[in-house]
Amino acid sequence: MTQRTKLFLLNHGPLLTTVAIFLLAYVIGGQLYPAMQKPQVFFNLFINNGSLLIVSIGMTFVILTGGIDLSVASVIALTTVASAVLLQNGLPPLVVMPLMLLMGIAFGAVLGGFIHFLKVQPFVVTLMGSFFARGMAYIISLTSVTIKDGFYNDLALTPIYIPFVPNAYVYSYALVGPVLFLVTIYLAFFTRFGRTVYAIGNNEQSARLMGLPVGRTKISVYAFSGFCSALAGIVWSIALLSGYGRYAPSMELDAIASVVMGGTMLTGGVGNPVGTLFGVLINGTIVSLLQFNGTLSSWWTRIGVGALTLVFIGIQSLFYVRRKTSG
Amino acid sequence: MLEPTDAILRMSRISKSFPGVAALEDVDFTLRRGEIHALMGENGAGKSTLIKVLTGVEHPEHGTIELDGRVVQVRSPQHSQALGISTVYQEINLCTNISVAENILLGNEPQRFGTIDWRRLNALAARALKRLDIDIDVARPLGNYSLAIQQMVAIVRALEIASAKILILDEPTSSLDANETSLLFDVMRKLRATGIAIVFVTHFLDQVYQVSDRITVLRNGRLVGTYETGALPRVELIAKMLGRSLADLETVSKARAQHELPAAEAPTLKAAGLGHKGTLEPIDLELRPGEVIGLAGLLGSGRSELARLLFGVDTPDAGTLTVDGRPVTRFSPNESLRHGVALCPEDRKVEGIVKDLTIRENIILALQARQGWARYLPEARQYEIAEAYVKLLGIVTPSVDQLVGNLSGGNQQKVILARWLATSPRILILDEPTRGIDVGAKAEIQKLVLDLAEEGKSIVFISSELEEVLRISQRVIVMRDQRKAAEYGKDVTAQTIIHTMAGHQ
Repeated sequence: MTQRTKLFLLNHGPLLTTVAIFLLAYVIGGQLYPAMQKPQVFFNLFINNGSLLIVSIGMTFVILTGGIDLSVASVIALTTVASAVLLQNGLPPLVVMPLMLLMGIAFGAVLGGFIHFLKVQPFVVTLMGSFFARGMAYIISLTSVTIKDGFYNDLALTPIYIPFVPNAYVYSYALVGPVLFLVTIYLAFFTRFGRTVYAIGNNEQSARLMGLPVGRTKISVYAFSGFCSALAGIVWSIALLSGYGRYAPSMELDAIASVVMGGTMLTGGVGNPVGTLFGVLINGTIVSLLQFNGTLSSWWTRIGVGALTLVFIGIQSLFYVRRKTSG
Repeated sequence: MLEPTDAILRMSRISKSFPGVAALEDVDFTLRRGEIHALMGENGAGKSTLIKVLTGVEHPEHGTIELDGRVVQVRSPQHSQALGISTVYQEINLCTNISVAENILLGNEPQRFGTIDWRRLNALAARALKRLDIDIDVARPLGNYSLAIQQMVAIVRALEIASAKILILDEPTSSLDANETSLLFDVMRKLRATGIAIVFVTHFLDQVYQVSDRITVLRNGRLVGTYETGALPRVELIAKMLGRSLADLETVSKARAQHELPAAEAPTLKAAGLGHKGTLEPIDLELRPGEVIGLAGLLGSGRSELARLLFGVDTPDAGTLTVDGRPVTRFSPNESLRHGVALCPEDRKVEGIVKDLTIRENIILALQARQGWARYLPEARQYEIAEAYVKLLGIVTPSVDQLVGNLSGGNQQKVILARWLATSPRILILDEPTRGIDVGAKAEIQKLVLDLAEEGKSIVFISSELEEVLRISQRVIVMRDQRKAAEYGKDVTAQTIIHTMAGHQ
């Protein structure tokens, strides 16, 4: 191998592995269950995992700085309940949605502020944030609240057909994740904000000495994750046309697993949203496989994701050690 | 004398004290445009405090800083950068995961409508590096390059972002090999030619003579003097750093341990070709019961690295170590304790003392660790041991329940000694046991070491104070450039040792 390809493989090894595993799982699934070969099955991944993709993208940035956000699932639940109740009280959807997004941003910024100014562990702060958000959801309503709003109904039920692929469609809310994904690619690779996130994740002290806006960036990252959680909450409430405090149970852990499977290191500084996209797709593919099988318990999803995540952490360490020694 | 326009920086009568210590006292420091100025001194001499004052990390109590003829107050590191003073530290403060170009320009990168202009970014970075004749692919992550390149990228960043007039290089060569070092020196010379003033902090004498124009020596927070490099012989420099004139050193009393050793006795500790790549060249060492071996050498000569290998903190990658004739296979401090080897580390604040524990708890620590946590020492027994050592070593304290943080430096040092003595080691490695403590306490510790040797314990005594090494050691090993430069018997003179340290036999 030439030096160049070797370096490319070393630098992008974990990501390439993720993509390979996704393709492998999908192809094997197609061989085992011919129904899985239909294009619609692929698009269903986006319909079924819309919220997971969105929070995982927010989580990617948080983890890139070396932090963690355990509040995302609870913010989803809070957003579904809050928007359902607001809609029930007659607020127009175009007011409710921005309001929810603002709430998410503010919530994340407050958590980020605690983390940055009071130097509290992100783990602790966001866990408390998670308790708070989940609790608030139940305080607003103990039971499930149905959304009868017309606009939400339209969004939920109107299929959008995919050009060039016959009979394949997605719902409008399934497009939110992919659009957000494109935006974050831009953020991560073409803005000072994105590059500062990587710098902080590598070495916060160095980033500070380089004169980069460490505090502002860290708080923004948590605010962005809060924004993503609220956005995922809106998507969720559209998909299920209801709000409930019990929604998205422990999805923060699925998000973390997806990010890690996507090759982002929990220590920060290494990884990118592309990997996360494939991490989420792998997660969804495992679920599809089990559904097509039909006889296995759905808990095998958890076991599969858990095992794969561990494998990925192993692969990453391996690459990391290699890179250190070959650098 | 200096022309007034010559000096870009003039620090006058700078004083700074920390609780209990005067870190700097009336220090003058002048830096000329376009010179490489070496700042020398042993640990605690005040080098780092002086640099911290200059970079705004610390604020002096007295004294003025004149930059380009104007008096300035350096308020913070950011402010010092804005004034054109940039520092590149030994630990490179850059991010290895992003590209070289980003490391040079991030925070200042060319943008178009809020989007990073990658092509211009890479071009600008490449041009900046080219000016120092460094030709590398700037789009690759910094971590792909050697430490030397990373160091130079840090320098280029300092020059690009801050348009530095003064560049402080703090121990820049300690992790570089010979080739990389000469590459760095080329860069330094090029910068000098453009009129940049460079402060070069290092403990490598050779390098000082290779590259610097002038030398300022500090000792114990005071200025010893500033000299033209060509006019200061190496031996003189060492004498100035150690604070003894050569004549003084000649008359050091030979009050060394007088008891003779049974020569035939087998060594308790024997190292053959023991080494660790990058920190210590292979070394031979034999230590007999009742013997005190002195390890002399300047900072960074490999003294502490040897101590760490002997105690199993680091694992050697060459050679063998035998304790009582049995080869050591597993290197760990715990294992060493089991073999009866103990190390009193150099930096008691960082590696030794636990400030928030009491004297008793500190003394018991190592003993308990060796016993295993399951076999808890009864409290009464703990008090008994602690009180015995407080009395034996003359630790001044109202009670053994005093927090160690409240004791003076000398007494803290004695507590650490007590900790290791409590494990009744047969081999004791003391790394700078008398640093930073007052003269009286020093003498007591020296006496204690001799007493221990008399009891038959073997001792490796590391110190940068020659007098001390000469006074208590039966043999002296001189370290230089991470290797054993020479080994002398008890009749060696200070003159010989200094010459060996300086590199001419």
